[in-house]
Amino acid sequence: MPDILHFEFMRNAIMAALLSSIACGIIGTYVVVRRIGSISGGIAHTAFGGIGLGYYLGVNPLLGIIPFSLLAAIGIGLLTRKAKVAEDTAIGAFWATGMAIGVILIGLTPGYAPNLFSYLFGNILTVPASDLQLILLLDILIGAVVWLFSKEFLAVSFDEEYARVSGLKTLALDLLMLCLIALTVVIMVRVAGIVMVIALLTIPAAVARMFSRTLQGMMALAVSLSIAFNLAGLWLSWVFDVASGATVILVAALVFLATGATAALAGRRKR
Amino acid sequence: MKSPVICCDRLGVTLGGMKVLDALSLTVYEGDYLAVLGPNGGGKTTLLRVILGLEKPSSGNVTIFGEPPGMAPGRIGYVPQRLFFDRDFPISVREVVMMGRLPKRRLMQRYGRLDREMADEAIETVGLTRLKNSRIGTLSGGELQRTLIARALAGEPDLLLLDEPTASVDPDMKTTIYDLLDRLRERHTIVLVTHDTGTVGRSVSRVACLNCTLDWVGPSSSLGTASLESLYHHPVEVVLHNHGHDGPNEPTDSYA
Repeated sequence: MPDILHFEFMRNAIMAALLSSIACGIIGTYVVVRRIGSISGGIAHTAFGGIGLGYYLGVNPLLGIIPFSLLAAIGIGLLTRKAKVAEDTAIGAFWATGMAIGVILIGLTPGYAPNLFSYLFGNILTVPASDLQLILLLDILIGAVVWLFSKEFLAVSFDEEYARVSGLKTLALDLLMLCLIALTVVIMVRVAGIVMVIALLTIPAAVARMFSRTLQGMMALAVSLSIAFNLAGLWLSWVFDVASGATVILVAALVFLATGATAALAGRRKR
Repeated sequence: MKSPVICCDRLGVTLGGMKVLDALSLTVYEGDYLAVLGPNGGGKTTLLRVILGLEKPSSGNVTIFGEPPGMAPGRIGYVPQRLFFDRDFPISVREVVMMGRLPKRRLMQRYGRLDREMADEAIETVGLTRLKNSRIGTLSGGELQRTLIARALAGEPDLLLLDEPTASVDPDMKTTIYDLLDRLRERHTIVLVTHDTGTVGRSVSRVACLNCTLDWVGPSSSLGTASLESLYHHPVEVVLHNHGHDGPNEPTDSYA
């Protein structure tokens, strides 16, 4: 066994990387093809209110995030689709409100808020075993829903109007998908933090799209890429003794930049 | 007696305070091949959207197969005007066509062998078998349009609704698409929305001229230049294709 695996926290970190990558690759694929990255960012930031709630009630902040992110998903979804509020307005309102609630609740909590930084920016090295179980449970839930609704999700992602004409309840499917994004945010908070969740939701899937012919293929590749980014970032952060979440994001961004630039150059040569 | 498929009774639609359709009464019967003509903004697409249940009428009444719009998705095949989609979307022609089977399957039920067979048959009907595994983003405008027709056919609809099926294709492909519709009219009731007056009289059985309200409706053989000119408010060339499929058609610039 290599040195690095002797530590329990390191084995947990690797488990967290593997498990979070499953949700992040599958749901990230929908986020990228439907171009709902900004909604996902809004849901993630609103979740800060849940972290505050967790501290205030003295429970695991991940449990506080679940209701907050689900509420944000349904709220933003309904506001934009039913109340005809502009999407960026709805996102901004929820984003700031969630953060404000979080700040107030943390302020009301007596004493110092430990690990607050790790919820904001992620720290894969501090994931406790109990969180791994929660993450596994959410992975199974997300995977099952996506498997059951794969033809419906494909239809609303590709051509929402046609899906509606075909008799699908597109609003309900949209809200369901946003709820899955909310649960993915819960999973990712430990790894990337609410501020940087959006990078891991979009970058692996965006790179995967360049090489994929089907949605399932894109999901599989996005999961693999996410695992690779996580492990590479984890190793580099270990070697250079820097923040793990941020390192993972930078690795992902570098690969994204490289593939994007290669594609652009190849496109120019063809012309 | 042929049964009515679409019944519009004094239909009115107001969108954003603008009257788009007004007092439109129109019945489409089983086996009809109806062309709905009219200028841009004349309400052609809105009429289709009402029939599909995507837009609510503000007055009047519409029934499709005797039911309110949106109640019989499995009997309608819809070919949208232009698909606004991401050319990088990772999806094959066959997967797009399979979507036509959505109304035949319950929620959460996976596509089966029958669905794949129907999709393949529809792809063959439109002549895209060679491309069925291609990514949708690699198709030309005409191939994409035929994919959308195949998607509508895969659901085995009784009624085909087409919105400007030849708007963005080259003249050769136009002929191919109209030839295809000629073959399809034997099995489907077809409503075709277009401002391409060149198609009128080719093989459609009836023509409706739409400009907010129904200006004129009748068998295609009695459509005169005069009625079209009053519709468009400028001279209109009625191009007739009486020769069917044998080579280039000779346009006739007036209709006696």
